[in-house]
Amino acid sequence: MIAENGKTILEIKNLEVAFHTPEGTIHAVNGVSYDIEEGEVVAIVGESGCGKSVSMMSILGLIPIPPGEIVSGSAIYRGRDLLKLPERELERIRGNEIAMIFQDPMTSLNPVLNVQLQLTEALRKHHDMPPAEATKWAIEMMDMVGIPDAKRRLDNYPHQFSGGMRQRVMIAMMLACNPVLLIADEPTTALDVTIQAQIVELAIRMRAEFGMAMFWITHDLGVVAGMADRVIVMYAGIVVEEAGVDDLYENPLHPYTHALLNALPRVDQRRESKLVSIPGAPPSLLRKPPGCPFAPRCTFAYDRCWEECPPLETVGIRRKTACWLDVKTGEPR
Amino acid sequence: MTIEASRLPLTAEALEAPPLSIGKMAWLRFRRHKMAMIGAVTLILMFVYAFGGSLIYTEAYANRTETGNRLAAPSREHPFGTDVIGRDILARSIYGGQISLVIGVAAVAVMLLVGVTIGALSGYFGGLVDALLMRFTEAVITIPSLFLLLVMAKFFGGQIADIRLLGRSFSGSVVVIVLIIGFTSWTYLARIVRAEFLSLKEDDFILAARATGTPTWEIIFRHILPNTIAPIVVAATIGVAAAIISEAYVSFLGLGVQPPTATWGNMMSGAYNYIEAAPWLWFFPGLLILLTVLSINFVGDGLRDALDPRSRPM
Repeated sequence: MIAENGKTILEIKNLEVAFHTPEGTIHAVNGVSYDIEEGEVVAIVGESGCGKSVSMMSILGLIPIPPGEIVSGSAIYRGRDLLKLPERELERIRGNEIAMIFQDPMTSLNPVLNVQLQLTEALRKHHDMPPAEATKWAIEMMDMVGIPDAKRRLDNYPHQFSGGMRQRVMIAMMLACNPVLLIADEPTTALDVTIQAQIVELAIRMRAEFGMAMFWITHDLGVVAGMADRVIVMYAGIVVEEAGVDDLYENPLHPYTHALLNALPRVDQRRESKLVSIPGAPPSLLRKPPGCPFAPRCTFAYDRCWEECPPLETVGIRRKTACWLDVKTGEPR
Repeated sequence: MTIEASRLPLTAEALEAPPLSIGKMAWLRFRRHKMAMIGAVTLILMFVYAFGGSLIYTEAYANRTETGNRLAAPSREHPFGTDVIGRDILARSIYGGQISLVIGVAAVAVMLLVGVTIGALSGYFGGLVDALLMRFTEAVITIPSLFLLLVMAKFFGGQIADIRLLGRSFSGSVVVIVLIIGFTSWTYLARIVRAEFLSLKEDDFILAARATGTPTWEIIFRHILPNTIAPIVVAATIGVAAAIISEAYVSFLGLGVQPPTATWGNMMSGAYNYIEAAPWLWFFPGLLILLTVLSINFVGDGLRDALDPRSRPM
């Protein structure tokens, strides 16, 4: 499914985001670089608080500043740096060219506005669409995302929809302007398992229909395998590995990815066998350790890991890893 | 009803409860609040009294003095009696009611404009904007409002010419009083709105709205403000009652709306020396103020319950 030599639509370079809190400065994102091509689905995985959402929200100017601060970096979209665009220009891009879906559909729709208003908002704003036409389009969108009886439900309020239906409304709302890039920030985390599958399936179908590129932020590696072209693994605010989805599962290069995949419960395993977990907890982001942030939990760690943070290096075709070691041999590379 | 007719086909649509809008749900809850319903009916009757009454009595009649008939007790000709210069109290209480009610509503409009704007900006932007606006609000709060009201009424009174509106002309002091009450009563509302904005702006749906490219002013006024409508409506309702009372205070002390334009407040101002000798002077306007303020407060109470999003319909 990988669009060979496709056109890069968004390139994030060396992004660094910090939050200044009373307890100190939280280094949420510490120099991440990644990109996405037209029509590509890139999954970003990692534990809670590893900077997945923050990096995405900061490129759209959605983090509160202050306490947030974009320390450095660039996010080049169509030749312009999103991080340097004035708010007014960003507004024109948000929801129109780059849209974002959020984690909890129960709280991300406005409770006092009916869904018609919320669905047509982007259309009216970005395309000056007359209300009647926007409404027609809204019905079509609701049909497309699988909301039954769309016409009658237009003037319903969010509380009249179930969680799964609200996430469908959310998706319809964000796809209304036919964006080039859709950022889905853990869109299935708050839903129960059967609904999760429906939403993933819907996202795959929508991607086929609209052909937009998609960032899928998640910590569910099972979902990733089913839909992503490429995977970016993040840990403590840095990218530790980047690979095509098949390569990653077959041959993880970073000890963290390795451990993550080992921790996945499998149906073909014996029931008695214990689930593997990664010992320890992710480091506090208040202090930036000099070495590799994963070193304290890493079974392969040696002297160098504590002193120097390994850079993200290209090690193959579209493969990058940030580790001093070769996981297979356990020897320094 | 025959058996045939009761066996309607049960479609999914027929089984489903019709969608209730937020307004409909609030109405259902409000209707169950007995005191609020009584209050609402009384209030409507007050408006009918003040505005319908002008079809029976002319304003000229209400302002006509009849010195030969001063301080007449209620009689057939003057059901509520006459005042110190022989004006008919019934007719004056009708025209005075118009002014009192209009002052109540208009002052609240001013209060809403100032209070909501200051509260919304303060809560949404936070930081320096918030600090400045809230210090200003606190400064206004610390001034005793009755004192401020009296000083401003004295200072601005009589500076505005008479106005013609709705086919009647009244003293410019009405406008002065409306503005003064409006500008001294918004602080409480501003604080409520600010508190609401502080919590609402952190909600996910605001983030989602921003992610669709909604400009800031639209986020403030179209996405957040409707969510704060319940406390605003309640505060506004109580505000009408408070404004009517404030007007009565100031006018009773002779600094408010100037005669011959009548208000319930200034009708009582002349009654001070005749509390025992001519109780009808203060009884009728006093009763009208009491009923109006009481019923507005009951309505406010009912609205508070009806609009509370945590309470369920039925």
